[in-house]
Amino acid sequence: MTRLTRFVRTTAFKLSLLYVAVFTVMSGVLLVYVSESTEDLMSEQVVQSVDAELKGLSDVYVRGGIRDLVETIDDRTRHPDASLYLLMDFSGNALVGNISRLPTIVLEEADGGLRRVRYTRLGEGTQEIERQAMVRTFELRGGFRLLVGRDLGDQLRFSNLLANALRLWLVVVVVMAVITWLFVSRRVMKRIDDISASSRMIMNGDLTERLSLAGTNDEFDRLAVNLNDMLDRIEVLMQSMKDVTDNIAHDLKTPLTRLQTRIETALREASSEEGYRGALESTLNETDHLLRIFNALLRIARVESMAPGSVMEPTDLKRLVAEIAELYDPLVEDEGGRLETHIPEGLTAVCNRDLISQVLVNLIENALKYGRPDNGEIVIRLSAKEKDGRVDLTVADNGPGIPDKDLDRVMDRFVRLEESRSEPGTGLGLSLVKAVARLHGGDLRFKNEDVGLSARIDLAPVAPENSRSGHGEGQSGQAGQPAGN
Amino acid sequence: MLRILVIEDDPEAASYLVKGLSELGHTADHAADGQNGLQMALLSSYDILIVDRMLPKLDGLSIVQELRREGNHTPVLILSALGQVDDRVKGLKAGGDDYLPKPYAFTELQARIEALARRPKSANQVETTYSVGDLTLDRMAHSCRRGETEIPLQPREFRLLEYLMQHAGQVVTRTMLLENVWEYHFDPQTNVIDVHISRLRGKIDKGFETPLLHTIRGAGYTIRDAAH
Repeated sequence: MTRLTRFVRTTAFKLSLLYVAVFTVMSGVLLVYVSESTEDLMSEQVVQSVDAELKGLSDVYVRGGIRDLVETIDDRTRHPDASLYLLMDFSGNALVGNISRLPTIVLEEADGGLRRVRYTRLGEGTQEIERQAMVRTFELRGGFRLLVGRDLGDQLRFSNLLANALRLWLVVVVVMAVITWLFVSRRVMKRIDDISASSRMIMNGDLTERLSLAGTNDEFDRLAVNLNDMLDRIEVLMQSMKDVTDNIAHDLKTPLTRLQTRIETALREASSEEGYRGALESTLNETDHLLRIFNALLRIARVESMAPGSVMEPTDLKRLVAEIAELYDPLVEDEGGRLETHIPEGLTAVCNRDLISQVLVNLIENALKYGRPDNGEIVIRLSAKEKDGRVDLTVADNGPGIPDKDLDRVMDRFVRLEESRSEPGTGLGLSLVKAVARLHGGDLRFKNEDVGLSARIDLAPVAPENSRSGHGEGQSGQAGQPAGN
Repeated sequence: MLRILVIEDDPEAASYLVKGLSELGHTADHAADGQNGLQMALLSSYDILIVDRMLPKLDGLSIVQELRREGNHTPVLILSALGQVDDRVKGLKAGGDDYLPKPYAFTELQARIEALARRPKSANQVETTYSVGDLTLDRMAHSCRRGETEIPLQPREFRLLEYLMQHAGQVVTRTMLLENVWEYHFDPQTNVIDVHISRLRGKIDKGFETPLLHTIRGAGYTIRDAAH
């Protein structure tokens, strides 16, 4: 019951019903049209041949009188497949012909009109068969009446044949349509049921489950692929949420415990106002540090969960880098170094100005802290070039570099290499750079060059078509839009 | 003295704010939820509204939107635990005048409130020339002179000085400078702003008797005539 009701309610069923109905009506119309026009055509042929014979026979009568007419008709009736003839005198006696038993009205009204009649043919032995014919009756001079007709047997047989063929065709077509649509709708239902079942399973908690593909690349496969992509994205987001909570739990505990210890120590040991003041000042510093970590973590999490399309717009990289260089030039100079930029004119990329600027700032500040060569001035090089349809943005220094084994590790959260522990910092700067690079569809890569260390991120260049899709909001390139916030 | 309305649901944060503002000599009222806050803002005239973003009954952004719809243009500073770039844009779009992510230093809040209160009410009130002591900045001619001496400035230095002079006598924080002069909405770890300030100081104060550009420890900078 439920299965049947469900089936009847499906779109596929309704569609197939509609399809069969439309098809039946159209086939019916076609059938009627074809049989009617065939019939018309054949009747026309009959009329023409009857008219031709009548004319010929009346000519014979005019030229040779009744005797010649009788002879001609007698002659013609002997041919196989002869037309129908009947010649009567004024009193209604048949003189010659091959018809018997004709409705009398046909003979009485000898007005030349065309009639369809039932008759019985003479000269076929004792067996008398009732047939249909098309006849015309004429009155000749002298009170004679002449009937000429054509048997409709062939025509009727042909019509019946056609009608039967068309009816059979109609039945076959409808049956085939029903079968096909039943099959299709069953398949469609099964695919939809599969997708529903999988989604229920996923909703119940198994986020690793994916919809299966039939491999036919039809619209169901495309739907499944899109849904799977969506699930992948959701899984990544959930994982990153989990990572952030884990990190917060793990890494904020250390400074919080330190804070607690300091307060407890102060309460236990401090006796003077200066003692308390000192303890409060150090706890304030500790909370500042905590808040910085917290903000950095939140920012990374936010970047990781952003929808790329919503925050990016085509940006002039030369200008972006020049503005950052202008901000940092004096600082680098004061540190006894040099900041160089090498950006080709007119190089643009789809990116978020604020985030990419922060990436450059983090990398420059990193270079300033750790990229100083043992002797001489530090040179920080900001460069960008287009390569294989991507834009490579590189920040390089001329410092000692980092051990090869640590190249990937430095990007992880809270990882600070031994040498850097003494420097202030949260250990989150490069994680943010990496998150921003990922948001832009690229990645962050470190490399020890011949001299110094280079950090490279790659961005999508401005594509000719969809480049305008990013909604910009002033300088920060930011807005809520369909991709979703 | 300013009349300030604080719309904030956390009682501790609110009393901290009200107390801090009172100590600065302002009059501060407090509303604990969005509806109440909106009514108070509409009924009495305040110089500044400090609105928390997440509030019971009516959220901060809706309060601002409602106020602006009613034709009320009191400057609004939005406070929010949501400090990300896009939240900030949403806040300003809703009609907020400034956006301060929580947690914030009180000095930062103070500096921003004073900047908001001094904001010209309409465009034709914008001055074309700023002057502090014997330092004048002509915004039309893009020139700067101190006494009789013409001081050449780079474009960014000009904007930096322009912003400082626009808020002459008030404390301007590093974050405010980074936001308004450079249009970046993140905090660098290093003292990059300090270096720019010290260069500017080298141009406008060096060789003159009274320094005008002062560093306020733990807060930011201010430009003012020592005589005042």
